[in-house]
Amino acid sequence: MDFNRLEILDLLEGYQRKEFSPSEVAQSLLTSIEKKDGEIRSFLQVRPDVTLDAARAIEKRSSEIQKLPLYGVPIAIKDNILVTGWQATAASKILKNYVAPFTAMCVERLESAGALILGKTNLDEFAMGSSTENSGVAPTRNPWKTDRVPGGSSGGSAAAVAAGFAPASLGTDTGGSIRQPASLCGLVGVKPTYGRVSRFGLIAFASSLDQAGPLTRSVWDAARVLECMAGYGGKDATVSRSVVPKYTENLNESAFGTVRNLRVGICTSWLEGVDPEVRTAFEAAVEKLKELGMRPVEVELPNVKYALSTYYLVATSEASSNLARFDGVHYGYRTPNPKDLDDLYCRSRGEGFGPEVKLRIMLGTYALSAGYYDAYYGKANQVRRLIQQDFEAAFEKCDVIASPTSPTTAFKIGEKVSDPLTMYLSDIFTLPANLAGIPGISVPVGVDSAKLPIGMQLMGRHFDESTLFQVAYCYERRRGALANAPWRGSKSGAGA
Amino acid sequence: MKNPLEKYEVVIGLEVHAQLLTKSKMFSEAPNQFGANPNEMIGPVCSGQPGSLPIINQTAIDLGVRAGVALHCKIHEESVFARKHYFYPDLPKGYQISQYERPYCTGGYVEFALKDGSVRKINLVRIHFEEDAGKSTHASHGTLVDLNRAGVPLIEIVSEPEMRSSEEAGQYLRKLRSILRYANICDGNMEQGNFRCDANVSIRLHGAKEFGTRVELKNINSFRYVEKAIDYEVSRQADALEQGEKIRQETRGWNAVKGVTEIMREKEMAHDYRYFPDPDLPPLVISPQLIQKITTEMPELPDAKRIRFIEEYQLSEYNADVLTNSQELADFYERVAKGSGNAKSAANWVMNELLGRLNAVGKEIDDTPVSAENLALLVKNVDSDKISGKIAKTVFDEMFASGKSPDAIIAEKGLVQISDPAALEAVVKKIIEASPSEVAGYKSGKTKLLGFFVGQVMKETKGQANPGLVNDLVKKHLDG
Repeated sequence: MDFNRLEILDLLEGYQRKEFSPSEVAQSLLTSIEKKDGEIRSFLQVRPDVTLDAARAIEKRSSEIQKLPLYGVPIAIKDNILVTGWQATAASKILKNYVAPFTAMCVERLESAGALILGKTNLDEFAMGSSTENSGVAPTRNPWKTDRVPGGSSGGSAAAVAAGFAPASLGTDTGGSIRQPASLCGLVGVKPTYGRVSRFGLIAFASSLDQAGPLTRSVWDAARVLECMAGYGGKDATVSRSVVPKYTENLNESAFGTVRNLRVGICTSWLEGVDPEVRTAFEAAVEKLKELGMRPVEVELPNVKYALSTYYLVATSEASSNLARFDGVHYGYRTPNPKDLDDLYCRSRGEGFGPEVKLRIMLGTYALSAGYYDAYYGKANQVRRLIQQDFEAAFEKCDVIASPTSPTTAFKIGEKVSDPLTMYLSDIFTLPANLAGIPGISVPVGVDSAKLPIGMQLMGRHFDESTLFQVAYCYERRRGALANAPWRGSKSGAGA
Repeated sequence: MKNPLEKYEVVIGLEVHAQLLTKSKMFSEAPNQFGANPNEMIGPVCSGQPGSLPIINQTAIDLGVRAGVALHCKIHEESVFARKHYFYPDLPKGYQISQYERPYCTGGYVEFALKDGSVRKINLVRIHFEEDAGKSTHASHGTLVDLNRAGVPLIEIVSEPEMRSSEEAGQYLRKLRSILRYANICDGNMEQGNFRCDANVSIRLHGAKEFGTRVELKNINSFRYVEKAIDYEVSRQADALEQGEKIRQETRGWNAVKGVTEIMREKEMAHDYRYFPDPDLPPLVISPQLIQKITTEMPELPDAKRIRFIEEYQLSEYNADVLTNSQELADFYERVAKGSGNAKSAANWVMNELLGRLNAVGKEIDDTPVSAENLALLVKNVDSDKISGKIAKTVFDEMFASGKSPDAIIAEKGLVQISDPAALEAVVKKIIEASPSEVAGYKSGKTKLLGFFVGQVMKETKGQANPGLVNDLVKKHLDG
């Protein structure tokens, strides 16, 4: 049986009907990773024995299948998320061989829901990038077209799901790192509200922006993974203690009634400069939302034009602080034969970090330094509040805001590496949700003339993931199956 | 300069780091315990593992609030944790979590008495929370890092630069430590480093409005050394100014062996700490209800106890001040006073005899071999004339040496005072008969010789005779 194409819902139904077992599924996926991931390079680590042991262990609990919402579901985990005994390198030389001493709260929750850890996936080093080309190991290829990037920074997680290696994966999203690769790989990707998912066990990039979330092949799957991984666990002071809704409960015919008459906000001025094919596909998707009974309304987001500058001050400042711990003293890479303490610091960090990480540490260090704090970090936080207020005002007039997820489809490997600013522009639609702390979801809306997927982003009010899921679910049903998806074994991808 | 104080005024501000008496660390569940083997009291947060996050220890907050209440501070309902960055091997995250622009306490004061009896009130700038760093030990083969101390909760208490002498600085610290110990906030052990002091010292001409350039003194691990280091620094600065030099803003360490301060780093090498609000921690909220609860539960503090001792036991200001210096001493004194029913005598015994002797052997009141109950019994024995005051000192010596009860010692050594006139009369007669020339001298008007006879009787009875009675009997026989 071909397990590569199955969604979480298919797996759960198959297990229930005893058509196949978790070990069979895990074994099959591990085999295809072994065979085909040499080209894609979505995984940095697989441990077949560990995964198969976990599969056999969960089979012994088959009587609890009803109580385990992710019974036997293999999930790939981005390598900046800790799982005890697995490596956690953030794709950086500075953490090469680092083995996690504890498990991230969100993964612990997935495991107690019955999920199996399939492996650790590639990313831009420390999640800094939009193409996974900044990985300190190797770039990941897009399963839709292997000369293309999968997006980033969760490019390995996106490619693993798109290639059919895993039905779902976890990514982290600081400025679009789940939604943009989801868009470029034809997947559903969710950046939850800041404070919805515990950051305990995430290798921090920018603490006030980071959130972990799922990448899947369907809206229902994403809702299922998020409802399992979210919630307060007592180990992250920024997590909300509010109850996590059962998002999947409303993902049925009733959703169509809920969605009818909701208002979808569109900020037309924001769409300038978007690739024409992306724009056309987005406008067609908005037409489908209208067919569902939703009412488009024009909204103003006057300060989102500052989102990029704001983001690169806030994120780099926090990163320069968060990455100070990688100093060659207590763990991770240490330069051989340092002359003295300063030499140990300078060379361990100089040799251990890649160029993009060093660039961002330097930017952030500068922005926080005495005499510049007010002009940079301080000012950026003021603008950040203005952007938050823009969204608050917009959500007075609408229930969700729609935009393209990325201004372009997947670009060629190497095309943008020499020009970081153009690369940064990949994230203009996704950054504002991180700055505002609101949830965002990317849903595939079609493909361009090069048969590369295009995504639509829906953003919602704080902690209103439910509405996003319902709108996305109805849209997805209306849209129908995606053509040429590589996990179904289309010729262009790894599934061939 | 012989006496720099004649020309210059000394300006001192103190920064005290007090470790809080919690079971676990400031931001993690790792135990807060002194004296364990290196790196045994640590978890992922202490060693700055990637993915670890700080969680605020509410007990530390409660103790900090208690300090704020005890020191009369304004406690802010909302304060902010900030990251202070610098690279050092005993700081595994590369930053220390502290409070910067918005500390939880501002204002407040410490009041204390000086030896001349005057009372000084020193205002506080602020108190803020922070986590301690680990400890580096520099050995010949390299530097060893122990993270047991990393993350231990601290409060930093910053005074205004209002102290004008080393004595004031010493008394400020003693009083501050006493308050923190009374309220069970901090152990106050300078040697173990759970109460640490940095002193900012400058001098200026008397009457000058501007402060002089200040020097920060570090590494001072006793009250005496604080005083000595300040005195040294004042002379050094005065000498420099007299020779036309400028004082450099710098950090100096106290070298206790040489008795001098030595340069550690100059201001040009000062760090840019790049403070910014810690995004892992929401603002700290301290509710008025919590402050109210902690105020209600506050134990009696040294000032209140001192006033009560003066009223209840009719003690002098000075004695009350000494006896309330620590909770343990005050409790000990109260047990002796109540047990003996003679508060004044109890104060003399505790202060003059017991503290003196403890001091001589370098012990604290906690380690006293003489229990409060036994000391009370000794006072009672004197008051009831069972033994003389002089014998009592002999008995006390034995109590201090052996820890035995006074009654056991008196019985063992037969030290009960002889107050039987018949028995003493025989001794008196014997002495008078044996000293004809002294008797003649006395009769010729040298009445001071009375003391000679009394002394001889006391000697003969090995000090056990009741001195008052002997006096009466000698007079009776010589005058009669």
